[in-house]
Amino acid sequence: MLDSGAGRNFGLVAVMVLLAIVGVVTTDTFLTTANLLTVLTQASIIGVLTVGVTFVIIGGGIDLSVGKVMALASVWATTVATQSYGPAVMVFCAIAVGVGAGLVNGLLIAYGRIVPFIVTLAMLISAQGLAERISGRRSQIVTDPVIAGIANTRLLGIPLLVYFFAAVVAVGWVVLNRTTFGRRTFAIGGNPEAARLAGLDVKRHTILLYMVSGLCCGIAAIMIASLTTTGSSTHGTLYELDAIAAVIIGGTLLSGGRGTLIGSILGVLVFTTITNLFVLNNLATEVQNIAKGAIIVVAVLIQARAQRSSAST
Amino acid sequence: MSDPTRGLHRRRFLTGALGVGAGAALTACTSNAPAGGGGGPAVAPAPAAGGSEPGTPVTIGFSAPAADHGWIAAIANNAQAQAEQYPDVTFEAVNPTNDIAQQIAAVETLINRGVDALVILPNDGSQLTRVGQQAMNAGIPVINLDRIFDSPLAYRTWIGGDNYGMGVSAGHYMGRRLRDAGVANPIIGEIAGIDNLPLTQQRSSGFADALATYGFAVGPRQAADFTAQGGQRVTANLLQAAPRLDAVWNHDDDQGIGVLAAINQAGRNEFFMVGGAGSANAMREIQADTSVLKATVTYLPSMASSAVALARLVAQGRGMSDLAERDVPASITLASATITRENVADYLPLGFES
Repeated sequence: MLDSGAGRNFGLVAVMVLLAIVGVVTTDTFLTTANLLTVLTQASIIGVLTVGVTFVIIGGGIDLSVGKVMALASVWATTVATQSYGPAVMVFCAIAVGVGAGLVNGLLIAYGRIVPFIVTLAMLISAQGLAERISGRRSQIVTDPVIAGIANTRLLGIPLLVYFFAAVVAVGWVVLNRTTFGRRTFAIGGNPEAARLAGLDVKRHTILLYMVSGLCCGIAAIMIASLTTTGSSTHGTLYELDAIAAVIIGGTLLSGGRGTLIGSILGVLVFTTITNLFVLNNLATEVQNIAKGAIIVVAVLIQARAQRSSAST
Repeated sequence: MSDPTRGLHRRRFLTGALGVGAGAALTACTSNAPAGGGGGPAVAPAPAAGGSEPGTPVTIGFSAPAADHGWIAAIANNAQAQAEQYPDVTFEAVNPTNDIAQQIAAVETLINRGVDALVILPNDGSQLTRVGQQAMNAGIPVINLDRIFDSPLAYRTWIGGDNYGMGVSAGHYMGRRLRDAGVANPIIGEIAGIDNLPLTQQRSSGFADALATYGFAVGPRQAADFTAQGGQRVTANLLQAAPRLDAVWNHDDDQGIGVLAAINQAGRNEFFMVGGAGSANAMREIQADTSVLKATVTYLPSMASSAVALARLVAQGRGMSDLAERDVPASITLASATITRENVADYLPLGFES
């Protein structure tokens, strides 16, 4: 795991260490278990989305629709009718919406020959509209005790949502790095024409990649419904940009063919830790935004430098 | 709760799952029809504005932002419901939009149709002032709802909430309660809405001013984004920043669902919380008295019902029967009431579903 993890992501590990030092110096509570678990819980939902986005970007695509597909799935899973059938149906509906949206994205990109940017942008807009229509633009409160209870449950002192996140990352890592599916993803992202000539079914694989991303949206939808106790069309606003930024900070090429899941996850953790540090220090919103922008640039600079030096050795 | 449509949902669901597959199953999962607390429009009772006997038939045009929030959704529903109560009113609502240019175009369409009065909740008061003035110049009285136009020439009557007053109400409730409990140096948290909105700044300054009269000040203060998701995220972090709190004011009850979720997840209950706006679910929470939420200060969307009632009276040239004035006043600012367990039953019918 380290071969694609800490080594190539030295820059991000360095940024995390720097942030931790800032946290320890400026606050009393940063290094407490409760606070670190809060950071991990906050990272878990965007983290799950980022796993899906990493697959798509390594495969040479882009998925702008993740935040709003998650919102739509959360809304669908929390309508009164769905909730009356119990938690299993809620989970089924969320996953079905996510995978279904991914299938539509994939079909339009693979067979409709429309660029991924446009297809997933259109999906973002229509998922938002559909979520607003279904919810009547209200937060749909989760009354089902099982779903509502997920975010309150801890196993060995660690919130269940963090296990969800870890499980998705673990499965994602194995699929990407240890299976034919993963190898094909890198091959198609690197050079789709060569992959096609080598006998790979590029269209089918592209569809599957967007379905993986959609599946992650479905899982994230259940997680956010539990964490906020609502399904809402306002969930996931700008999450697509946060997820893509985390993937890029994590060292994945936006043009596809190269990247690591661990880098993406470190990217998510950097983002979440920054937000946590800002709140712990009670910084005003405008100061937070200025600092966040600056830190992203610094993180990418350090990361790029670390990658150049590791490539030259 | 008995639900007559449930059997139908179950049959549809089973048919879909067994026969057709996911598509039909999803259809069964989308309905909000049997909502006891999730879907139905929030209908405000008729105001005591007087002049309820039928008058000259009038057409009232209505334009508001598109909702991404329970409060705005309730604004549109309340306006519609109020208009339906009057046999002499034809209600023409244009499609809600968050695009300024589209809202201007929509209002211009209503002016061209020659409606008798307009009720406008502008996306941005400054940017719609010109079109408000255009309507007034065309002889159509404009009832400006909540977000105020830049120029008094652009409206006949303004009716809206009191953001500064919300902060004052929250601050006084909190100050009195803490003083009565003998807390000397309380740690008071504040979870605001969107910081760059003037309404958020007004709420915060009213809150700080009221607290200052008790010798108290705001401790940790963070802005969320008026969403449940933002409320959860900010609160989870804020609770880590403050290992002990005495009181928290959350500006907005929609956002408050996420705030309460984060508080429950952290297992914290050493403080009490005050909400903002007056959503029905916040009121039910206060009534049940099982969480830290002990009060909320109102900013009720029933103002849309009042705006339609005022538009009708202005268009018919009538005044408000309980006032000595011949005409409807130029400006009405709603008071921000404090809803607690003691008076929640009086306000529950006015609450909007988040």
